[in-house]
Amino acid sequence: MNADKIKSDGTPGTGYIGQSVPRANAKRLLQGRGIYTDDLRLPRIAHVAFFRSPHAHARITKLDFARARGMPGVIAVVDGKAVAEYCKPWVAVLAHLKGIKSAPQHAIAIDRACWQGEAVAAVVAESRAQAEDAADLIEAQWEELPVVVDMADALAGKYVIHSDLGDNICFTRELDTGEVDAAFAAADVVVEETYEFGRHTGVTLEGRALLADYNAAENSLTVYHSTQAPHMMQDIISRHLDIPEGNVRVIAKDVGGSYGIKVHVYPDEMATAALAVMLKRPVKFIADRLESFLTDIHAREHKAKLRLACTRAGDILAFDLDDLTGIGPYSVYPRTSGIEGNQVVNLTGGPYKHKQYRAKLNVVFTNKNVTCQYRAVGHPIAVSITECIVDLAAEKLGMDPAEFRRRNLIPDDAYPYTSAAGMKFEKLSHHQTLDKLLALMDYKKLRSEQEALRKKGIYRGIGLAAMIEVTNPSPAFYGVGGARISAQDGATLRFEPTGMVTCMVSVTEQGQGTEGIFAQIAADAVGVSIDKVRVITGDTGTTPYGGGTWASRGAGIGGEAVLQSGKALRAHILEVAAAILQTGGEMLDVRNDSVVDVRTGEAKLALAEVGRIAYFRPDTLPMDFQSELVVTRHYTPRGYGFAFTNGMQASLVEVDTETGFVKLLKHWCVEDCGTIINPQLVDEQIRGGIVQGIGGALFEHCIYSPEGQLVNGNMAEYLVPMAGEMPDIAIAHVVTPTKTSELGAKGAGEAGTAGAPGAVMNAINDALRPFKARVTAQPVTPERILKALGKV
Amino acid sequence: MMDHAVETTLIVNGTPTTRRIQPRQHLIDFLREELGLTGSHTGCEHGVCGACTVRVDGRIVRGCLMLAVQAAGKCVDTIEGLSDSGEIAELQRAFHERNALQCGFCTPGMLMAAQDLIVKKPHATRDEIRDHLSGNYCRCTGYQAIVDAIETVLKAKQLAADERR
Repeated sequence: MNADKIKSDGTPGTGYIGQSVPRANAKRLLQGRGIYTDDLRLPRIAHVAFFRSPHAHARITKLDFARARGMPGVIAVVDGKAVAEYCKPWVAVLAHLKGIKSAPQHAIAIDRACWQGEAVAAVVAESRAQAEDAADLIEAQWEELPVVVDMADALAGKYVIHSDLGDNICFTRELDTGEVDAAFAAADVVVEETYEFGRHTGVTLEGRALLADYNAAENSLTVYHSTQAPHMMQDIISRHLDIPEGNVRVIAKDVGGSYGIKVHVYPDEMATAALAVMLKRPVKFIADRLESFLTDIHAREHKAKLRLACTRAGDILAFDLDDLTGIGPYSVYPRTSGIEGNQVVNLTGGPYKHKQYRAKLNVVFTNKNVTCQYRAVGHPIAVSITECIVDLAAEKLGMDPAEFRRRNLIPDDAYPYTSAAGMKFEKLSHHQTLDKLLALMDYKKLRSEQEALRKKGIYRGIGLAAMIEVTNPSPAFYGVGGARISAQDGATLRFEPTGMVTCMVSVTEQGQGTEGIFAQIAADAVGVSIDKVRVITGDTGTTPYGGGTWASRGAGIGGEAVLQSGKALRAHILEVAAAILQTGGEMLDVRNDSVVDVRTGEAKLALAEVGRIAYFRPDTLPMDFQSELVVTRHYTPRGYGFAFTNGMQASLVEVDTETGFVKLLKHWCVEDCGTIINPQLVDEQIRGGIVQGIGGALFEHCIYSPEGQLVNGNMAEYLVPMAGEMPDIAIAHVVTPTKTSELGAKGAGEAGTAGAPGAVMNAINDALRPFKARVTAQPVTPERILKALGKV
Repeated sequence: MMDHAVETTLIVNGTPTTRRIQPRQHLIDFLREELGLTGSHTGCEHGVCGACTVRVDGRIVRGCLMLAVQAAGKCVDTIEGLSDSGEIAELQRAFHERNALQCGFCTPGMLMAAQDLIVKKPHATRDEIRDHLSGNYCRCTGYQAIVDAIETVLKAKQLAADERR
């Protein structure tokens, strides 16, 4: 990269990197001209609707399709056994999560349904409405089985959901640095609290969507899929449907929100692909909203007991964690449902310099919908519990919570550093971040305002939450465990005869601006103006192989691949230019769409002219010269398991102690994602993430009855943040580029969601402090606040 | 099953359009499935999320709560129509510059609601903008950028109006 493009401290130079360039691909979305999977129409298209279990756990004693098959437009009505002929079952385990176990899961359940909403039959018809009409006429008989809904009951194992597994335990982990009991014995102050987190889900506005088009003549399957990971899906569809991988093409058109929801294998989607093969025609499945609530992965159902030991002077000595999480009846394929709890163990206490840590994790099966990785996986739990107990310790010590954090955060000059949990940090900036946050929010002024308002009966609270975040994962995340999920990504850059650059990247776009930042990087790396760059993502048929979008990896990993590919293409362009101009390539550079004299900047040759000669008049070049104007480069993060980032958030709330209502007045976030490629896009990722985190902290909850029925699985009763309730959010950055890549970018997509719930819960508890009341369960509803206040 | 389809004429984006419509078909499904106007989206199909917002005789409605046959004789405007006529060009530009959209799925409905506010309440405050958008879900942005973009357009229009005086 040219020195003028970006400075060593990561601040922008004169190029596109570091500038808030508007995303080119947003224009079509603004005109309603995006193409989401449901917008696609193919000849002979058929539509599938699923018949789903009304019971949380029941044996299917009879399925009668006679009436359904007689309905207008119906093409096929099938059960799990019929689909299993075309799609092999899976067991979602990974070798590096030692001892993890799960049961085989079929695309459509056979003999038994294990959660309310599990598909047990499928109807394919000429229209979705016809398919739904027919599905209503499927006659099923059920034998209800005992239901395990509560996590503690699951752990106790009075009834085992999968008898072959012996118990309801999917995964356990214990971590112990040693000397934990000694630290607690020596401590002046010990605090302990148990935190509970309700399940919530992603509520992508576009439901899950898959259109599978099977060509029997070629034994090829083209799958249009609203997904974050096209290559992972290509591999899985190929192996489970037994179609050669080269014959499976997965195309992600515009994706209407994902947040981790669309990176998993869903049985109904696999069934749809199998039905396309069975019926030899295109079959489309669009999850409607009620299906989404019942079957999109849920997340974050945890009960975590945390203890903290510290000295009278305020030095944290140790954390001791016992976490229990319930994941539904199956570990989700292929990433498993053990990762969220594993992350909680890895991240709890993460910003702090204590040496002793002990953690115990139990991941248990229940008869509710499955849970798996959703935006910020485990972080909201780990940050909430760590930061809430840190506040509790500060309160007990009589210390200001900001000063207590300052005393305990890992010093900025301590890196590289290994945390008590064994996480390796290249370089973090907790103290710079804290200072910047306190200045940004005018912490002292807020505290004095708070004090003054309390006297008037107005109860405001200020909550802080420090965090670390896993980004740019290496193969250590999934690959080492045997998952065929690429940790590397690739970028192919093609120089066109007109001087344009086509940039094909394996990372996908879901609206976060991936294509926009790749255009910025490619333009800088090659030396062209950004309007000359066209970016293509989301197609296994055209892009290099790669992982896609998850774990805040797109900018850091995909971006580095684009950068290296762009630099190589620039060198190849210069070779052609040197041959044309009959000079040394080192005398030339590419700037502003022209080949220039490297010293004077004088334009020598327009890039369009290089393209014209290279493609149409290569006969004018030396006999032994062959141009190569397509370049591919890959990038795999190495050296560290993850490029950890850090940040700190603050929330200001006002609690109405009569109604329990919380008004969010303001929210602040300072974070460090290394090199910032597009400040506006980073800030908007963080804002959107914070609001998603606030949703989990205050509103969102998949509520199950004791019978395992989801009682609020619709948008009217499942609350999400709306415009009227959300605060303005101020964002600032500390910039510590990672040295593991030339670009220096770390991830930013999940930071907001990671830290917001802890900050908001601390703010509420700060507001309640005069009443000696605390809330410890999320979502923090008005009812819970009133209960804490003893008013209900 | 008997064919209950009703021949219906409605004016879609300024063009009189006649189709045989099943009485049970919702306006959003008619626009998307029968006319190929896929810019309006189905997000919840129970009137909560606002992704299907379209304009009928000048008022914004939920396309998933109105039956297509109820639109007989009425003027239906969709994102495609508002884009092509240039009516919301300023809003679209402001949304683009402010990155007031991410995945874009809510955006057509959000723009419909925003244009409705601009027409009806040209002096709306920031809080009023937020209130007006509270029938439209956005899961990506956290709303602030959307509020900023609409505020920018409102201020520009007020400035232009002041200058004309």
